[in-house]
Amino acid sequence: MTTPASPAPLWKSIRRRRVRDRVIESLLLLAGLVAVFTTVAIVWILVAEALPFFDHVSFADFLTDTMWTPLFAEPRYGILPLVAGTLVTTFVALALAIPAGTIIAIYLSEFASHRLRELVKPVLEMLGAVPTVVYGYFALVMVTPFLQKLIPSLPGFNMLSAGLVIGIMIVPYVASVSEDAMRAVPNYMREGSYAMGATRLQTATRVVVPGALSGIAAAYILGISRAVGETMIVAVAAGLQPNLTWNPTESAATITAFIVQVSLGDLPHDSIGYQSIFAAGLVLLVVTLAFNVAGFMLTRRFREAY
Amino acid sequence: MSAMRAGVERRKLLDKLFVVLGLLVLFAALAVLLTLFLDLVRQGAPRLNLDFVTSYASRKPEQAGILAAWVGTSLIMVVTACVAMPVGVAAAIYLEEYAPRNWITAVIEINVTNLAGVPSIIYGLLALGLFVYKFSLGQSILAAGLTLALLILPIVIVATREAVRAVPRPIREAAYALGATRWEVTAHHVLPYSMGGVLTGMIIGLSRAIGETAPIITIGALSFIAFLPESLLDPFTAMPIQMFNWVSRPDPGFRVNAAAAGAILLGMTLLMNGIAIWLRYRFRKRMNW
Repeated sequence: MTTPASPAPLWKSIRRRRVRDRVIESLLLLAGLVAVFTTVAIVWILVAEALPFFDHVSFADFLTDTMWTPLFAEPRYGILPLVAGTLVTTFVALALAIPAGTIIAIYLSEFASHRLRELVKPVLEMLGAVPTVVYGYFALVMVTPFLQKLIPSLPGFNMLSAGLVIGIMIVPYVASVSEDAMRAVPNYMREGSYAMGATRLQTATRVVVPGALSGIAAAYILGISRAVGETMIVAVAAGLQPNLTWNPTESAATITAFIVQVSLGDLPHDSIGYQSIFAAGLVLLVVTLAFNVAGFMLTRRFREAY
Repeated sequence: MSAMRAGVERRKLLDKLFVVLGLLVLFAALAVLLTLFLDLVRQGAPRLNLDFVTSYASRKPEQAGILAAWVGTSLIMVVTACVAMPVGVAAAIYLEEYAPRNWITAVIEINVTNLAGVPSIIYGLLALGLFVYKFSLGQSILAAGLTLALLILPIVIVATREAVRAVPRPIREAAYALGATRWEVTAHHVLPYSMGGVLTGMIIGLSRAIGETAPIITIGALSFIAFLPESLLDPFTAMPIQMFNWVSRPDPGFRVNAAAAGAILLGMTLLMNGIAIWLRYRFRKRMNW
């Protein structure tokens, strides 16, 4: 940076700066590789800690047994009840989030004025930023009592209320990813539709939505993956008892709720209870990974479309 | 002709109905946010005072407070910020300014995208196996801070990349033309100009980390602590843990505490998000290249 007063040759300074650049570049690459290390570490830790679990429990039992009672005197290790709980809460969440999120996305992308959009989007973003434990409180203390007025037989812990609140949580997510996809549809397609005399709604449902379909599908799939991995809402509001049922008005534990329940106790490092949460975590990772990959491939497709 | 007119009228009506539906759903979503916050404040009002902030947890709900929780949360956030900021910004700069188009870059990009979708409780399991046992950090503030740093890394990376990408090409070329090396271009020009975006991403990341409960439960945060941590290797509790503990107790007195803690927690998250949005707005307005 400073001008060399003595005849310290210019090329020396250039070389010094080049060397410094090389060192810095390797440091930056190292930081980038942290993401790769993290993924590898996740898979490695989950597999390594879950493996001893499968010494005790056969893989077939794990996938087909209908009871999950790892902390009982006579433990049974069938993941099905937890998977059922996860699927039911996810399904309830999607039943709310997909219609609501899609309507908001269509409205913001095709109908709302620029000013309204700029005003509303940050607030929606905040809805997605509410801590999940606060949403759990909301489900347990506010939504459940309200639902109990409609369905008097509803127990204090139930999957319906937890699922609905997960739905509220993922609405902003579904809405913003779908809206991005809709806005990527080129304007000449809308103009063509208007020129044929279509209304805004017709243009939205028959031109924009079909054009953005893979992006919208990606939004749904990423929403599913969020709902499957949601933990605190179900741990607070859906109950912690594994229960093989497809009825959302019952109480049941999800995969995530089970992990929380075990973590709250102080289990020794080598116990089978400790290993069982890694086995459950592995199932969760595989499921969310499958959805994420599908969503990722779909978003890629819609980017290439135009 | 009149049949066609009727068809047009019907379609126009449907259009208007959709506008009503859209606004309705939108405002329902916003009403949830407002109801949630106001109800937390109303329910928690009896405990929202100075005593609550300066007392430790207690068996008696009316004496319990969040001192250990907010101190724990603050320390965790410091660790998280100190790790996530440099690593996240460095990774983003590498991907935007340095990375050649090769398979290593592709692998990094796929991993960043993928990590953003991994459920937070999986990070908790990773931390339990890796930080708590393999690295022997124990159930400590340091382990929790590192975990949350990994969790928000994708957020920081994505935000920084966007900010860096927004710096126009000619600015870099002007610097190169004067003989600057790549790092000099980055450090003297690109980074300072994108600081607003970097800061925004960091605040959004921290606002996510502050409310995360599941991963630090998995690590083994305690819910009953009556002392302040003296080092980063001490056991800890945090705001969301404290709230979870109170909300899962049947005693209605603790529900009030849960609401009060929730109001403070939600208030902090919304405030951080508000600051981030305001910063983004200001920087966008000031930028005219």
